[in-house]
Amino acid sequence: MATGIRDKVAIVGMGCSRFGERWNCGADDLMVEAFQEAVHDAGIERDRIDAAWLGVFYQEQSTSKSGLPLSMALRLPNVPVTRVENLCATGTEALRGAAYAVAAGAVDIALAMGVEKLKDTGFGGLPERTKGTFDDLWQPGFTPPGAFAQLGAAYATRHGFTMDEVKRAMAHISWKSHENAAASPKAHLRNRITIEQALSAPMIAYPLGTYDCCGVSDGAACAIVTTPEIAATLGRRDMVTIKALALAPSNGVEMGHASWDGAHTLTTRLAAERAYREAGVTDPSAQIDLMEVHDCFSITELVLMEDLGFSTPGRAVHDVLDGRYDRTGAIPCQTDGGLKCFGHPVGASGLRMAYEIYNQLLGRAGERQLPAPSLGLTHNLGGIPNRNVASVSILGLHRG
Amino acid sequence: MHPVGLKRLGIYLPRLRLERAAIASATGWAAGLRGGKPRGTRSYCSWDEDSLTMAVAAARSAMDGTTTPRVDALTFASTTHPFADRSNAGVVATALGLPESLRTADTAGSLRAGVGALLNALSNASADVETLVVTADRRIARPASEQESSFGHGAAAALIGRGTGLIAEFLGSASLQDDFVDHYRAGDARFDYALEERWVRDEGYLSIVPRAIAAALREADTAAGAVKRLIVQGPGRFAVAVARAAGIGAQACQGDLNESCGDTGTAHPLLMLAAALEQADAGDIIVLASFGQGSDALVLRATGVQMTATGRCSAALAAGSLDREYLRFLSNCGLVDIDWGIRAERDNRTAQSAAWRKHEDVIGFVGGLCRTCGTVQFPRSRACVNPDCRAFDTQDPKPLCDVRGRVKTFTEDWLAVTRSPPHVYGNVELDGGGNVFTEFADTAPGELKVGTPVQFVFRIKDFDAVRNFRRYFWKAIPVRN
Repeated sequence: MATGIRDKVAIVGMGCSRFGERWNCGADDLMVEAFQEAVHDAGIERDRIDAAWLGVFYQEQSTSKSGLPLSMALRLPNVPVTRVENLCATGTEALRGAAYAVAAGAVDIALAMGVEKLKDTGFGGLPERTKGTFDDLWQPGFTPPGAFAQLGAAYATRHGFTMDEVKRAMAHISWKSHENAAASPKAHLRNRITIEQALSAPMIAYPLGTYDCCGVSDGAACAIVTTPEIAATLGRRDMVTIKALALAPSNGVEMGHASWDGAHTLTTRLAAERAYREAGVTDPSAQIDLMEVHDCFSITELVLMEDLGFSTPGRAVHDVLDGRYDRTGAIPCQTDGGLKCFGHPVGASGLRMAYEIYNQLLGRAGERQLPAPSLGLTHNLGGIPNRNVASVSILGLHRG
Repeated sequence: MHPVGLKRLGIYLPRLRLERAAIASATGWAAGLRGGKPRGTRSYCSWDEDSLTMAVAAARSAMDGTTTPRVDALTFASTTHPFADRSNAGVVATALGLPESLRTADTAGSLRAGVGALLNALSNASADVETLVVTADRRIARPASEQESSFGHGAAAALIGRGTGLIAEFLGSASLQDDFVDHYRAGDARFDYALEERWVRDEGYLSIVPRAIAAALREADTAAGAVKRLIVQGPGRFAVAVARAAGIGAQACQGDLNESCGDTGTAHPLLMLAAALEQADAGDIIVLASFGQGSDALVLRATGVQMTATGRCSAALAAGSLDREYLRFLSNCGLVDIDWGIRAERDNRTAQSAAWRKHEDVIGFVGGLCRTCGTVQFPRSRACVNPDCRAFDTQDPKPLCDVRGRVKTFTEDWLAVTRSPPHVYGNVELDGGGNVFTEFADTAPGELKVGTPVQFVFRIKDFDAVRNFRRYFWKAIPVRN
């Protein structure tokens, strides 16, 4: 009987590059920047890493295929490097590979690296890409904001809100991320905004305006994982352990079956349920102290509060406006600014989220520090609401 | 033996109707004396329409979504087929879900091609052969030219056969061919070169068309005085002169629809025929005469049987949307190179092998119907999408083009690449089950709501400028009654 990976893997080092429009950096520079921080944090020699996982989404844009870009950038001693890709859950997928290898006992110390170099496209937004030889023949030529905007009208209709009411909650979400990012030195967008600015911004894809959309950024983030026993030999007393790493991809229901209402993300609910079970979480609102969720767009974060079980269906608008997810609220969400303002280098985002939780749990979050959190959640939604990969991870502080 | 004639007739006009005043105000400085007083509107294609998509729409309007009648042959007449070497009729046939055994042909070469195809179908009609004739034109005119105002884009389709329930019976015909060059367009040219109207009227229309009409009436054993409705391809003022020369009363002349849609080229005689039949009484004698390096004249008798609701000319004319965006008109005609941004550089190469594997699904809009659980789905796949079923290899083909639905989710996307921003797309829940992620066409910002009823139309999906290819798929439009 499988027992999952709860507390079988500890994170002993993490690093994160500064996110943003890093015009003078390539993917290799970003990976080195994140790695140097992590390896210093872990207090190990580079050659103690037994295997590595590299997460890159837009390989045409960022690096190239395979595990080579990581092996080459860090001049690793020819240890195995596996390249993974699972849309916006790519970074978390890299962590999952490394953590599972440690939990399986196949390696002692593993590296998970996520990176994306987006700002070589020459235009704003994410790169254009083919969806495959068949899907290109029939699927709409959508953009990410347009695909996620679909949640807006469906959510408002489903729960009986006017779009103005939903927009106000969305604006609060964006305002909050800007507030948090202002206290987040490595974040991409550190300016503060007003609710009015968010509400009156130009429309990108109805009902999403400019401030409802996350930053398109360059960046890298990484984690060095090992067993709690080895972590102890490295001098760790309080340590961050992985409680759960759950993944749920769509199987076509949302895009092809009438049962989906268009107002929620089905896979998030499934991944959350699995993660809570693996981590032994029975009441997420009471047990989870903070979260970093996939706020690619403000409407996504709004809907996710329900999908992750923090707000009951139809209540997220009120909970958001009540400040429940603000940094001073009951369950702070996106304390580092989130995808919205810390930035979204696709392959790195899952690990960037883990980086914030890790630092908060260890009390290293500077002016963003929350009072003594012990359990944090990260969530990614790769793809679009009607076809995606959701990941939920739960990290906890293990006191030595 | 049952008579031969038109069993069904359908027409299609694009929704966009450009006010000629908008053309005049944009081009008046250059048009000078040619300008004249602008009146009415002309129809023009949206960015995702061409002769082929209009042909499909006209054929569907003739069928009116009812059980597809038997069709043995399909001829697609146009001077603006999107493909010079790829059966355009074959694409139409696949879109209509017609059988593999169908005889298909493209005819072209002159504005007379439409009536010529109709005449061939009437001549060949038998108990065994029913022919669908589709005609469509999307002619492009040079900015500030007379043709820019006088042309329209449109299509018409007729099902020809022998039997009962005809809309109009075929009584006789005559043909004249003559290399009279009133205008021409070289094979590699974009625009027509047109000669002086007065010469065209006197030496072309008046010397050719009345003779063809007289010969046709002789063959039909019908007196000129018995003709109730006269349709002459070309400007209405020429038709009056032709009527006089042919001994037919001027009141018989069918209006040329210039004020509402303009001259739709190859399709126009059938479009005018649809307008005539809508008003005709049972027994009315109708003469239909084409013009273009000769003339084919047909004598028909209205039966009083009405066309399908969607096939009526008045319905198509009324379905337009007034437009004053001259620059959009030029863009849709490919006459101005709008900057759509770097995103538009995306490679739209079509993998023809994949397109062939899926051609029924994509061109015919055929989904799957699970034999085990009854779930409708698009695209059809090896495993059923119903989460409570997921059975392998249980899906029968399920044509979806006539299925209606409702908007489940949508957006108006100002970032996505489209030649008519915003790009509108979303999920449609099909009546009877099923969900399709689709683009919406012919919608204005603010028009769609969750729950808006929609139907599907055949449109251009993408252009591949690098390889000079275009691919087609179906899109949802609001149901407008």
